[in-house]
Amino acid sequence: MEQVTSNVVVQPVDKAKIRGIWKVALILFLITVIEYAFAFTMDAGMLRTVIFVGLTIVKAWFIVSEFMHLGHEVKGLIYSIILPMVFILWLIVALVNMEGAAIKDARGIVDVEQPATEHVGGEEH
Amino acid sequence: MATTATVNKKSLWGGGIAPFKASYGKLMMWFFLLSDAFTFSGLLITYAFLRWSAPAYKGDPEAFTFSTEYWPIPEKVYEAFPGLHGVEAPLYFVGLMTFILILSSVTMVLAVEAGHRMDKKGVVKWMLWTIIGGFAFLSCQAWEWSHFISGTDIATIGDVVKNGIWVENYEIIGANLSFNQYGPPAFAALFFFITGFHGFHVFSGVLINVIIFFNAASGMYERRGHYEMVEKVGLYWHFVDLVWVFVFTFFYLI
Repeated sequence: MEQVTSNVVVQPVDKAKIRGIWKVALILFLITVIEYAFAFTMDAGMLRTVIFVGLTIVKAWFIVSEFMHLGHEVKGLIYSIILPMVFILWLIVALVNMEGAAIKDARGIVDVEQPATEHVGGEEH
Repeated sequence: MATTATVNKKSLWGGGIAPFKASYGKLMMWFFLLSDAFTFSGLLITYAFLRWSAPAYKGDPEAFTFSTEYWPIPEKVYEAFPGLHGVEAPLYFVGLMTFILILSSVTMVLAVEAGHRMDKKGVVKWMLWTIIGGFAFLSCQAWEWSHFISGTDIATIGDVVKNGIWVENYEIIGANLSFNQYGPPAFAALFFFITGFHGFHVFSGVLINVIIFFNAASGMYERRGHYEMVEKVGLYWHFVDLVWVFVFTFFYLI
């Protein structure tokens, strides 16, 4: 069963391709740094949430299209993967933004303005 | 009978050719990943729905303290770093974890690239780095879980059900599936379930990577004439990274 393996030819490294891979890695790293900058400097709110989700989708796009190579596949394959996910994203936005808030209203849940004070120091723990 | 059936040789979907120009194995991996993405979407939808229908803390972030009455600010929960007890390092550790996973994704791309060139040594080297990255991430997660479970120095007072008995004003330290010191019970339950489910994917990924590493090292793919298995496993590994990008945003940033 052992086949001849001596005629395997190792192709030379394409430097530009390797650089491209590291460039995508750098972009992902930089986007994460930007996310941290927003996390530390901006107060929580709808706008910050939208920024985070937007940057996450940019990151996801780079991973899927470059690392997973989907950007270089046939159009039909791209659409058969991306279209279902677009509908899922729609569902996420609908459930989070509208249903979550609607259920909160319906249950009469109110936000808390003052921090809770019932705490004990637990040196013995 | 007047017309005879003619086969259009150029028909894309007429059979005999691969319309997606991808092998069966790679296509099935894509569709498996799509179904897995649905599963994770379901989990994240549940998280977001429960979170946005729970009471939020609208006061001064500086004065924030944990309570079972409202959802916690994530960066107040995840602010520990190994070896820095009592030091507030919000999100630093999870940033490190993100960095490790992205790097191990890069080494996986490099392994696939080496496979395209039939470079056995390159595949073996980069697969090994990918496995090391996977183990590093799992170790970080183990530390994070154990810290999350054992809790901080200050107890939160809350009413809990402990061993089937209703206990009022219980000093809650740490977290389990029934109650936790950080916020409503659902907070820790979702943390365990979602990061746990992702961690399980990473764990399976590392196991599969190890198998592929040994196959590549023993020359199996060289004899086969191609390294497509590395590509397929690479797809799975990138997907794990992709899910983490979303878990990171929804759990730790928002």
